[in-house]
Amino acid sequence: MKNIHVSTTVNGDPTEFICAPDESLLDVLRDRLRLTGSKEGCGSGDCGACSVMVDGRLVCSCLVLGAEAEGAKIETIEGMAKGDDLHPLQQHFIDGAALQCGICTPGILVAAKALLEKNPNPTDTEVRYWLAGNLCRCTGYDKIIKAVQAAAAEMRGA
Amino acid sequence: MRYVKAENVAEVVQLLQDEVGVARVLAGGTDVLVQLKMGMVEPDLIVDIKHLEGIKDIVSEDGGYRIGAAVSGAELGEHAGVVALWPGVVEGVELIGSTQVQGRATMAGNLCNGSPAADSVPGLVAADAVVRIAGPDGVRDCAVLDIPVSPGKISLTKGEFITSIFLPKRPERASDAYLRFIPRTEMDIAVAAAGVSLELDADGTCTAARVSLGAVAPTVLLVEEAANAIIGTKLDEASLEILAAACSAVCNPIDDKRGTIEFRTEIAGVLAKRAALIAYKRAGGQ
Ligand SMILES: Cc1cc2nc3c(=O)[nH]c(=O)nc-3n(C[C@H](O)[C@H](O)[C@H](O)COP(=O)(O)OP(=O)(O)OC[C@H]3O[C@@H](n4cnc5c(N)ncnc54)[C@H](O)[C@@H]3O)c2cc1C
Ligand code: FES
Ligand code: FES
Repeated sequence: MKNIHVSTTVNGDPTEFICAPDESLLDVLRDRLRLTGSKEGCGSGDCGACSVMVDGRLVCSCLVLGAEAEGAKIETIEGMAKGDDLHPLQQHFIDGAALQCGICTPGILVAAKALLEKNPNPTDTEVRYWLAGNLCRCTGYDKIIKAVQAAAAEMRGA
Repeated sequence: MRYVKAENVAEVVQLLQDEVGVARVLAGGTDVLVQLKMGMVEPDLIVDIKHLEGIKDIVSEDGGYRIGAAVSGAELGEHAGVVALWPGVVEGVELIGSTQVQGRATMAGNLCNGSPAADSVPGLVAADAVVRIAGPDGVRDCAVLDIPVSPGKISLTKGEFITSIFLPKRPERASDAYLRFIPRTEMDIAVAAAGVSLELDADGTCTAARVSLGAVAPTVLLVEEAANAIIGTKLDEASLEILAAACSAVCNPIDDKRGTIEFRTEIAGVLAKRAALIAYKRAGGQ
């Protein structure tokens, strides 16, 4: 298999990598770029732990080829906090104890951020449907929904 | 495996035609990558079509819309014109997977994957949508109904791929709807599904209709007897019963853990009836 050279942008930084043609973007992020925030829960698009933004769209990075990142803008959980300042979603997940093991958390944060950019004032039902592709084995979804709503309220006020 | 980001239609056709091993077109990849990872297919060549000119565009054409083969579900759902003209087609597409899957999944991919339970296909068949196919012999158009052959198998021949899907124009009082049954509310495969498209005259009498069923036979079904049951009526209870019975009569479903043959057969009629009523309301019927 001939490796492919890819030029892309990750969290605003121009980035280059070499990957195999059948390598997923998730594997590239974790194993080649050492951005291990995105998790692999299933590898088949079901759990959302690998959620990232590609050209402004929320996707499962386990279902994107690394090669497809050529010329694209990738945003991952690592780009969410600004230095030491946590994003309101991150802060409210901590304050509201909306995580336990934390495997699902990066994906949920990336997905929730995408929701609030599109819809700053969602109903609980809208949050639940938007996050239906993000599975959590530990926390129970109520705390997650509450944390998203608390962050949304803060962001609307700011 | 080779990955090629194709630059024009002719290159895609040439690549697909020349490949002696297994070739796969890559649109959103939400089926291709899953199959790749599970080892269900080991492609020698992947041709990414997302960068062809116009392949991500939705354009007005003859009062309808031509939708590029690489338009994702999320992009389609944001297009006010298509949502207004063909709400049933859009709701079928939007039922595919999660928000993340919607960011990538395409209608053409859903159709070409060949699943009998593909959620966008009954709506497209009810809409009498037409796919445009590029291939070694040039360009041809084909009704969506004639694409699926059997589970996992479609009628495209070597070197061919879909470049766009056309949704035709329709009169003022016309609409459509799609409903599926799944054991929960999100993220599951249809146990039975129905798409209904209809046109009404000024007093609300149905003048034309198409009724299709998904997940109850090896391929999507177009049920003419069901459409005939409501044409000339205002969708009164008696005609809807005939429509439901006509739907159940053509079902030939599988029996599995998500639905028995009896259940799928009965529910297909119920869904068609409910979808017809939703389409009727949307079209302005009382
Ligand atoms: C978590 C998850 C949930 C899902 N839920 C649903 C669901 O609820 N309902 C449902 O119907 N499906 C579901 N799917 C399946 C899948 O998302 C859909 O079938 C989707 O529409 C496929 O589109 P794609 O663009 O991703 O196709 P791809 O994976 O890119 O391609 C699918 C197939 O079509 C071929 N192909 C793609 N585009 C073309 C073209 N233009 N011309 C010729 N051949 C082409 C490919 O070679 C491949 O064989 C789900 C998948 C996942 C991972
Ligand atoms: S790892 Fe990608 S969806 Fe589970
Ligand atoms: S906190 Fe463990 S999976 Fe969600």
